[in-house]
Amino acid sequence: MPKTIYLDNAATTMMSREVLDAMMPYLTEKYGNPSSIHSFGAESNAACEDARKKIAKFINAKDNEIYFTSGGSESDNWAIKSVAYMKKDKGKHIITSGIEHHAVMETCEFLARDGFEITSVGVDENGIIKLDELRKAIRPDTILITVMYANNEIGTIQPIREIGEIARSSGIIFHTDAVQAFGHIPIDVEKDNIDLLSASAHKVHGPKGVGLLYIRNTIKLTPLIHGGPHERKRRAGTLNVPGIVGFGKATELARESMKDASKITEKRNYLIDRILKEIPYSRLNGDRDRRLPGNANISFMYIEGESMLMLVDMKGIAASTGSACASGSLDPSHVLLAIGLPHETAHGSLRMTLSEHTTKEELDYTVETLKGVVDRLRSMSPLYEDAMKENKEV
Amino acid sequence: MQYSEKVMDHFTNPRNVGELEDPSGTGTVGNAKCGDIMRVYLDIDENGIIQDAKFKTFGCGAAVATSSMATEMIKGKHISDALKLTNRSVMEALDGLPPIKVHCSVLAEEAVRAALWDYAEKKGIKIDGLEKPADDIHDGHHHDLQESD
Ligand SMILES: Cc1ncc(COP(=O)(O)O)c(C=O)c1O
Repeated sequence: MPKTIYLDNAATTMMSREVLDAMMPYLTEKYGNPSSIHSFGAESNAACEDARKKIAKFINAKDNEIYFTSGGSESDNWAIKSVAYMKKDKGKHIITSGIEHHAVMETCEFLARDGFEITSVGVDENGIIKLDELRKAIRPDTILITVMYANNEIGTIQPIREIGEIARSSGIIFHTDAVQAFGHIPIDVEKDNIDLLSASAHKVHGPKGVGLLYIRNTIKLTPLIHGGPHERKRRAGTLNVPGIVGFGKATELARESMKDASKITEKRNYLIDRILKEIPYSRLNGDRDRRLPGNANISFMYIEGESMLMLVDMKGIAASTGSACASGSLDPSHVLLAIGLPHETAHGSLRMTLSEHTTKEELDYTVETLKGVVDRLRSMSPLYEDAMKENKEV
Repeated sequence: MQYSEKVMDHFTNPRNVGELEDPSGTGTVGNAKCGDIMRVYLDIDENGIIQDAKFKTFGCGAAVATSSMATEMIKGKHISDALKLTNRSVMEALDGLPPIKVHCSVLAEEAVRAALWDYAEKKGIKIDGLEKPADDIHDGHHHDLQESD
């Protein structure tokens, strides 16, 4: 068995060798500033524009609708804060969902403290946004709808096209955080009616610290970062040339690997099915079908996630949990609570996210390891003890 | 966040895990909402010496380690000494806890006190310095964070 099994690809991915190779010249001899007129600059500029083209085509956008940023968090901040700033005279109402990433959630909360009103639309038990609730939430002063494309914890894919239609027919700007979706499932900003979209390179085997905001040409979004005239005067700062080149290469590779996404889905289903069948008192969190290919999120009743995480880590398996103890707060993941899980079930969640490199052998080892770890933690759990006693009494 | 070697040791090889048949006293504290519940079983002889202590814990690595350490620290002790167990002494014995995990050590202290209270009630005695524990797992928040300096 390999020494480590990486099942945390939603946190970040391994950068591809090809991506590094593509970046390498721009970390070494091709160090020109793309804004410079001389040949060094032209070389770097051409490389960035090539990446921009590839990425634009990938999501059916125009080249001049792609703006490079420092990552998903910046893109989310930019989209939401700048729409709020631009449209505040029209209205101060923003609609979002209850399962957004912190980059969106905290930005909305920041605006709420500044006089904006935020409506957080609920999701069903699988994490799919309630469209009728969304329609009802729209008001004359609504300026933005921001709903993520796919969820980072439970992998649920939202009905983005419908949300986009609703926004468009009401004349409201629609932003989607597609950080988990980009490069994993097909995105088409035209068909999906998307106005603003955030993505990040490190979730698709690209480098960390580079992302993008897609801005529909009809929207003149004000900058978040002011300064020089970079990125058509929308985002100041010397371009992260190696990062952007890496992002372009990663996108090119994702385009190919997405053709084989069904293989990841099969492996993920294999993992889910084995666990649910072989480990009692376990449940799948999120939608069975409308789900990111690599995402498996399972709650094991009567045990707590952080201790589970530590024990599987000792066996060489890297995963993640929605338990409070792992997050540094006292509450478990807001996503798991939003889909209606009781606190104790949310504390017992384990997220395993696969990549195309994940093998069936690794998954077999994972299931066997989990069986032992879950048994062991249950044998020391007062909740399990009580539940078993109750079962006997019935 | 980094656990000390002692915490890792008590987490991976917890001492005194289990139940006692006919315990002299048991106490359960914490609640599932916050993600940790600790149950302590005590066997106390006629001289007030804690002959055996066992625990069961639902919780994170720190919660398991503090349960393990707390039960170790009171075994063989007189109940009056067991009462002197504080979250601070448990933490010190573990070479410290990350700040966000301090509440776990509070839980260990509370669990021991709850078990002693149960023992006193069963025996119909009063133990000096012991107060009725806050109603355990069905009650609200147990964490009043006592961060170490
Ligand atoms: C859904 C989602 N949005 C935003 C982010 C933040 O992206 P970045 O790490 O590039 O800032 C992440 C990743 O952590 C994410 O999963």
